[in-house]
Amino acid sequence: MTILLAILLGIFFGFALQRVGATNPQNIINMMRLKDLHLMKAIFFGIGVSSILLFLLMAVGVIDAGHLSVKSSYVGVIVGGAILGLGFAVAGYCPGTSLTALADGRKDALFFVGGGLLGALIYTLMYGSIQGTWLFNKIAGGKVMLATGSDKFQALLPMIPGTLLALIIGVIFMLIAWKLPDKA
Amino acid sequence: MNGQLNWFKGGLLLGAAFLVAVAFVKPIGVSTQFVIADGIVWNLFSDTVVQKNPESKSGYSSSNAYLNKSGGKYAKNIANPINYSFIFVLAMVAGAFLSSRLGGPQATAMDRSAPEVWRQRFGENPTLRYVTVFFAGVLVLFGARLAGGCTSGHMMSGMMQTSLSGYLFAVGAFAIGVPAAILVYKRN
Repeated sequence: MTILLAILLGIFFGFALQRVGATNPQNIINMMRLKDLHLMKAIFFGIGVSSILLFLLMAVGVIDAGHLSVKSSYVGVIVGGAILGLGFAVAGYCPGTSLTALADGRKDALFFVGGGLLGALIYTLMYGSIQGTWLFNKIAGGKVMLATGSDKFQALLPMIPGTLLALIIGVIFMLIAWKLPDKA
Repeated sequence: MNGQLNWFKGGLLLGAAFLVAVAFVKPIGVSTQFVIADGIVWNLFSDTVVQKNPESKSGYSSSNAYLNKSGGKYAKNIANPINYSFIFVLAMVAGAFLSSRLGGPQATAMDRSAPEVWRQRFGENPTLRYVTVFFAGVLVLFGARLAGGCTSGHMMSGMMQTSLSGYLFAVGAFAIGVPAAILVYKRN
């Protein structure tokens, strides 16, 4: 059953990435050099809509809050994000879109995936010597979310009701998506 | 481009994919599976990298500190490649193929070596593109593993859950990525 879900949900996600143009590195590079914000608008809109629906459906009990998985916040998230950002901007691929770009027949994606396997291996071998360094110093307590949505994770702003805050953030994301210019 | 959805429809479709994944199973993530793929190959050649260990939380342990982390859950997935997260990522490729066959945007023969923006700046020779993109791939996956996730897991899934780490990741990625893209490809 889990494997069947993996196949169906994976196909859906891969289909969406291809259809929105995310498997085309041209679109990513043009987003990063602020030339064509089509993808950025889609990303903001997608996050906004899914976040609102997620918190509403959790509030009425349709989605199990136990499914949430909030990642830890630590210095390495920013440093790692920056290292990723450099490669992302030059190549126009991220891990998910490079794999799905293979389905477009893109040969450069194959080289990216090869490099990615090497990068992941280097990190795997290095981890033992960097664990415990400042890179893993937690920020704001680690696994925190802005809005309360689950008992498992601490809320950064517990004074605002979680569903309301998530709705406000979601609407802001949708407004940004709507207002951003398509071409710059 | 032909077959490509506009931001509104594309955003809805993308958002729907992230929502149904968390509704039925868990938030989408991709970059961990590069580690799992490495581990599967490594495991073919090594008797010690993944071992059954009843004392570990997952039932598996590894001689490598990273694969042994969080109760050996990576070691477990390496020993059992037919698991949700790994199959999900393989299925993504099939989904993209399906979309491409069913009227999605198409890549021209030249696009398949390098996107137009690259060819305009660096010429038609694909070798430079392949070498550069290989090293970019090293950076991206190294960075993603240090950050604990990539564009899917941190940015999309993370910000959907209003997770602080998603915002930190996005700030890091765009603070370097945007100036880098402008420097490499220029604005015009």
